[in-house]
Amino acid sequence: MTKDHLGPILDASAPPAEGARVVEPQKPALLLSEQHHMCPGCGEPLALRGYLEAIEDLGLAERTIAVAGIGCYTSFSASTDLDLVQALHGRAPSVATGIKRMRPDAIVYTLQGDGDMVNEGLQEVLHTAARGERVTCILLNNGVFGETGGHMTATSVLGQRTKTSLDGRDAEYHGHPILIGDLVARLDGAAYVARGSVHSAGAVARTNRMFRRAFETQTRGDGFSFVEVLTMCPTGWFVPTAEGQTYMDETIGEVHIVGELKVDGVVRTTAELHEENVRRAAETRAAKERALAAKRG
Amino acid sequence: MSASARPERRLMEGSEALVRASIAAGCRFFAGYPMTPFTEILEHFAALLPDAGGTCINAESELEAVGMAWGAAATGARAATGSTGQGLSLMQESLSEITLAELPLVVFNMARGQQDYFQATRGGSHGDARNLVLAPQDIAEGVELTQTAFHLADKWRNPVVLYGDYLLAHTQEAVALEAREFPPLPAKNWAVDGSTGGSGGSRIVTPLGFDKIGRTSRGQEGNFQYAASKIPEMEAREVRVETGWLDDAETVVVAFGTPAKFVKFAIDELRADGERIGWVRPVSLWPFPYETVGEAAAVARRVGSFELCTGQMIDDVRIGVAGRAPVRFIGGVSTDSSGFGVGRLLEVDAIRARILALHRDEELPPVPGADEHRFVPAPHQLEVTP
Repeated sequence: MTKDHLGPILDASAPPAEGARVVEPQKPALLLSEQHHMCPGCGEPLALRGYLEAIEDLGLAERTIAVAGIGCYTSFSASTDLDLVQALHGRAPSVATGIKRMRPDAIVYTLQGDGDMVNEGLQEVLHTAARGERVTCILLNNGVFGETGGHMTATSVLGQRTKTSLDGRDAEYHGHPILIGDLVARLDGAAYVARGSVHSAGAVARTNRMFRRAFETQTRGDGFSFVEVLTMCPTGWFVPTAEGQTYMDETIGEVHIVGELKVDGVVRTTAELHEENVRRAAETRAAKERALAAKRG
Repeated sequence: MSASARPERRLMEGSEALVRASIAAGCRFFAGYPMTPFTEILEHFAALLPDAGGTCINAESELEAVGMAWGAAATGARAATGSTGQGLSLMQESLSEITLAELPLVVFNMARGQQDYFQATRGGSHGDARNLVLAPQDIAEGVELTQTAFHLADKWRNPVVLYGDYLLAHTQEAVALEAREFPPLPAKNWAVDGSTGGSGGSRIVTPLGFDKIGRTSRGQEGNFQYAASKIPEMEAREVRVETGWLDDAETVVVAFGTPAKFVKFAIDELRADGERIGWVRPVSLWPFPYETVGEAAAVARRVGSFELCTGQMIDDVRIGVAGRAPVRFIGGVSTDSSGFGVGRLLEVDAIRARILALHRDEELPPVPGADEHRFVPAPHQLEVTP
């Protein structure tokens, strides 16, 4: 039995003659190590792989300068094989600005977490976007201070339990989360704004396309580009590793809705993305019901 | 410009002169946030840098100004930022880390008086960072030292603070913008340009002490040790000081910046009257000319520190004097209603009277205005706390 589109099926009637072995490094070319120092279940290495492969695929490796913020992902600074400037917590967008102005032909991106970008450095990313600075800011948003051990950030969702919101984030007491992508998208200097996720294979593929579009935006010199990526942090959320994806999908992902927030000057709010998701889900459900009814005859 | 050609002298505001000197020194990036009396530095950079092929950004905050300068410096460009001491307080976190990242940067402090001495010389920030600090006494020296600042920043890969004030920034003098020549410096092969991606040898500019995987990292502690070991090397080589009338001086006055020029004038007058008084003017506040002050104190009977603050530099004067002579504070808080540091004590007659009182071991004349607002401890503050 063969399925042409799948290629030949392996003969499983006998054990393989040779044991399994690594034939080539399972990593992007722009990573210096196959290892990372993150916790099990962390989503950040998935995002790292995505944007490094985008840079590689677009042929930008020899003109890219990275600017890293401070968080768990700071350990990527040592393993990323790109010219890199390590910035302070919150300050990467202004450092990127100085770099880009002096090296206008370089592709410059920042890598920041939600604590870094939305708490400590909120004004930096907004001003850089408003200026239309031709840089790309990448936000790894897990809704928690992972590195300090699970504390509330400006993007933690209502009801989310952290070490500084023990009974869950309460709007009355802790205030509301910030949907940073919406703030950035409204600014005239922002050319491309998207929110992706890495909680499933499909989400990873979609996020990787967002990285590509962001870097293409910068390459064209269109203005500021921004990709937010929702990343799992089971350690910081105090959930079992295997439940990371589900937890994210059902909590943070329900508020920070995935989708493109600004493309070609057209802004779509997170609320609109949510409505669209609801509408699509209803359509899918209706289509399934119709198909079922047709089958029943 | 050839050394023989005598450059034209032009009447120019101090801010403009410092900016033109910066551009002559190769500065191509400036970012700043308006704040009196620093604002005109930003204005002149905004007006003059684009034509020189550079960029000036009116940053949205001091935090962002220093961040932008950090990024520009990391590309190898000669970069600068600045503010008043208040604005520099906001920048301190970055300035400390820029030192650890070994980035050259020139930082203008057009200070509101002399109350930022500790900030300038004690790093002002967390960690063990030291900034080289140059304090010109007037615009002509400011032009010279601004160029020195850019050279020293690159020479040591360290921030250099140019400590000025309202008078330096806002008065006009006839100055010659002479481009100075310095010994050649090595190429900045550490600077990022984006070209090394994927080579396995990509660059990293970081204050954290770690290198790319596959190369030997200093590590955090190692980086602190490394930065610490640079301090005595700079200290041993970059002391700048001017002295006058020290040979037979019974009394030595130490002063820096604009007020030092007033002190020198007053002492010249007192010398004409036969008073044996001399002066030491630290041109570099860090490294401080401890040796010169110590040598002067070994001959003198008394040393005075004249500063327009509560007495900050006097700590360094005492370290330099090292007990060889009594040290007395003869300055005081003196500012105008706007807080720009041009107060009633910055006046030759007032300064001469204080120097003379020091010289005669008499009581100092009161600081004008000092008794108008005086803290009186309340009874509970006089009680001993167990």
